[in-house]
Amino acid sequence: MKTAERAFTTISGVPIEACYGPEQLQDLDPARDLGEPGEFPYTRGIHRDMYRGRLWTMRQFSGFATPEETNRRYRYLLDQGQTGLSVAFDLPTLMGYDPDHALSEGEVGKCGVSICSLEDMETLFRGIPLGDVTVSMTINSPASVLWAMYLAVAEQQGVDWAKLSGTIQNDILKEYIAQKEYIFPPRPSMRLVTDTIEFGARHTPRFNPISISGYHIREAGSTAVQELAFTLRDGIEYVDWALERGLAIDEFAPRLSFFFNAHSDFFEEIAKYRAARKIWAYVMRDRYGAQSERSLKLRFHAQTAGCSLTWQQPYNNVVRTALQALSAVLGGAQSLHTNSLDEAYALPGEHAVTIALRTQQVLAYESGIAGTPDPLGGSYFLEKLTLDTERAANEYIRKIDQMGGMIAAIEAGFPQQEIAAASYRYQRELETGERVQVGVNRFQSDDQPIELLQIDETAARQQCAKLAALRKRRDAGRAARTLDALKRAAEGSGNTMPFILDAVRAYATIGEICDALRSVFGAYQENTHL
Amino acid sequence: MLRPIRVLVAKPGLDGHDRGAKVIARALRDAGMEVIYTGLRQTPEMIVNAALQEDVQVIGLSILSGAHNAIVPRVLELLREKEMDDVKLVIGGIVPDEDAEELKRQGVAAVFQPGASLDSIVQFIRSAVPV
Repeated sequence: MKTAERAFTTISGVPIEACYGPEQLQDLDPARDLGEPGEFPYTRGIHRDMYRGRLWTMRQFSGFATPEETNRRYRYLLDQGQTGLSVAFDLPTLMGYDPDHALSEGEVGKCGVSICSLEDMETLFRGIPLGDVTVSMTINSPASVLWAMYLAVAEQQGVDWAKLSGTIQNDILKEYIAQKEYIFPPRPSMRLVTDTIEFGARHTPRFNPISISGYHIREAGSTAVQELAFTLRDGIEYVDWALERGLAIDEFAPRLSFFFNAHSDFFEEIAKYRAARKIWAYVMRDRYGAQSERSLKLRFHAQTAGCSLTWQQPYNNVVRTALQALSAVLGGAQSLHTNSLDEAYALPGEHAVTIALRTQQVLAYESGIAGTPDPLGGSYFLEKLTLDTERAANEYIRKIDQMGGMIAAIEAGFPQQEIAAASYRYQRELETGERVQVGVNRFQSDDQPIELLQIDETAARQQCAKLAALRKRRDAGRAARTLDALKRAAEGSGNTMPFILDAVRAYATIGEICDALRSVFGAYQENTHL
Repeated sequence: MLRPIRVLVAKPGLDGHDRGAKVIARALRDAGMEVIYTGLRQTPEMIVNAALQEDVQVIGLSILSGAHNAIVPRVLELLREKEMDDVKLVIGGIVPDEDAEELKRQGVAAVFQPGASLDSIVQFIRSAVPV
C-alpha cells in the first residue's frame, strides 16, 4: 500500500503527524510536566534508579481447576524464577457461588481456580511461605471474603499480617463499567471496598487493598485515553469514600495501586503510563493535599492485551506480547504479566506460560532497557503524545466530576456507552481492513495446531465432593452463628471485615457468606446499553 | 416490504465479558435486522422463553468461558421441547474445533470463532433464515 493512502493514527484514533520536533513541544515546561525520575510529578518514573535498584516483579496470572492443581503450577512458576504469584479464580468464585450451586454448572475451574472455603485456600498455598512471596488476587465483588481467607492462612502459617505483602484487585467500579462481575449494587459494594481500605490501613500496612484497574476497561474495547481517564476517576471515587469514612489521605493513599493494559500501540501505551503518574501526582497533591511522597506516586502492574491475541497463527502472539511488555517496561511498570501464546484459545499450558515468562526475562536481562530510567524521555513524539493523552484524560475526568462522580456516571451508562462505541469503531476498522491484524485480515495462512490445556468436569466433581465433606465435618452451629453476626454487621454501618474473618475461620463458604450479604444488600442488575 | 429478520443475542452463564455480544448486536442492527439483547447471566430457560416471546428466527449465544458444553445442549433441548426447531441457534466465542463440530452435530447452525468477520456472520444469518 502506498503511504499516501494510509491514515496514520494511534490505535485509539489520535492522529500522528509526519514528523515531530521542538515546535510541537512549545507548551512543555520540563519542571511542571516532567521532573527528574523519582521526583514530582513522576512522569519519568517513581524511582530515581528505577530498574537498576530493583527489576519489576514478574507476576504471571494463573489459576485453573482445583486448588491442588493450581498449587502445583505455582510451585512450578516459582521454580522457574517467577518472583510473585497472581491468583485467577473461576467464575463461580468471582460471583460468590459455591461449586454445587445450579449457576456454577459447567463453570467450575474453567476460567481460574475454584476456591469456596478456607480449606481450599489452605490447599492453594500449601508449601508456599506467605511471608516471603507477594501474592496478587484478582477478585472483586467478594474480595473481602477471599482476602479474609488469605489472612487466615497467613495466621495458620504463623506469618504476622504486618509482614504480608500483596494485592487484592477489589475494584468494583470497573466491574460495573466493563468486566461486569458484580454481585451487589454500587453503594453497598463501595462500602465493602472502603471497609477493606480501612482494615488494611490499620492491620496490613504492606498490603495493597485495591488495584484500580484500567485493564478490563481496555479489554472491553475502550481507547487508551478512556482507559486512563476512567481508571483515575475510579481512583478519585475510592479516595472520596475513604475520606468520608474518616481516614486521613496519607493514611491510605500510599497503598492504592493501579493496573493498566499494555496494548499494541507502542508509543501510545508508554505515553499513557507516563501521563497516569503525572495526573495522579497532581490530583493527590492539589485535589487532596496529600503530604506524603508515597501518596503521590502511582504504582502500577501491567498486563499485555488479551484482546490483541489472535486465534489465527497463534505463534505470532509471542511477538505481540513481547512488544507490549516492552512498552510497559519503558513506561515504568512495577510488575508485569505477559500473556501466553495460547490464550486466545484457553488458559495457558505449561509450555506456553514458560515462553511468556522467558519473554520478560529476555527483556530484563538481555535487552539492556533496565539500565536507565525512562530511556525514551525527551523524545519529541513521546512527550507530545504524553501531553495530549494527559489533556484528553483530564477532559473526561472533569466531565465525570460534573456528572456528580463515577457512580452517577455509571448509573447514567456514560462510561459503558463510550466504551461500546469505541469497541464497535475498532471492529469496523478491522472489518474494512483499515486496521491490520496480521494473520487475521491480512497475511493469512494455514495455522499450525497448538497443544491446549484441557479442563474437564473432573475438577467440578472433586470440588463438590470436598465441599460436601467439609459441610459435614465443620462445626455447623459455629458457622451459622458467624453468618448471623455478619448479617447484623452488614445491616449496621461498622466495618464488616472482622465479621467476614470470623465466618471464614468457621469454614463458612463463599456462597454462604455472599448469600448473607445478598440478603442485606440485594443483587445488582444493570440496565443494558447497546 | 419484507419483514426484517429478528435475532435474540444472549449472554448465558456467569461470564460478564459482553464486548463481543454488544458488537454483534450493533452489527446485526446496522445490517437491518431487529435485535433483542438479553443482557448478562441468562439461563437456558430464560433464553428460550425470551426467544419464544420475541418470536425470533435466530438466537445468537456469546460464550467465552468454556461452559458451552454445559449450556448449548440444554438450549437445544428446550428448543425441541417447545417445538421451536425452526429457530436457528448460532454460537460465537471461544469454542475449540472439536467442540464446535460436536455442537453442530447436535443441531447448532453455526459456530463463529475468534477472528470471524462481522460480515461473514451477517451473511450466514441472511442465508440461513428463509424469506
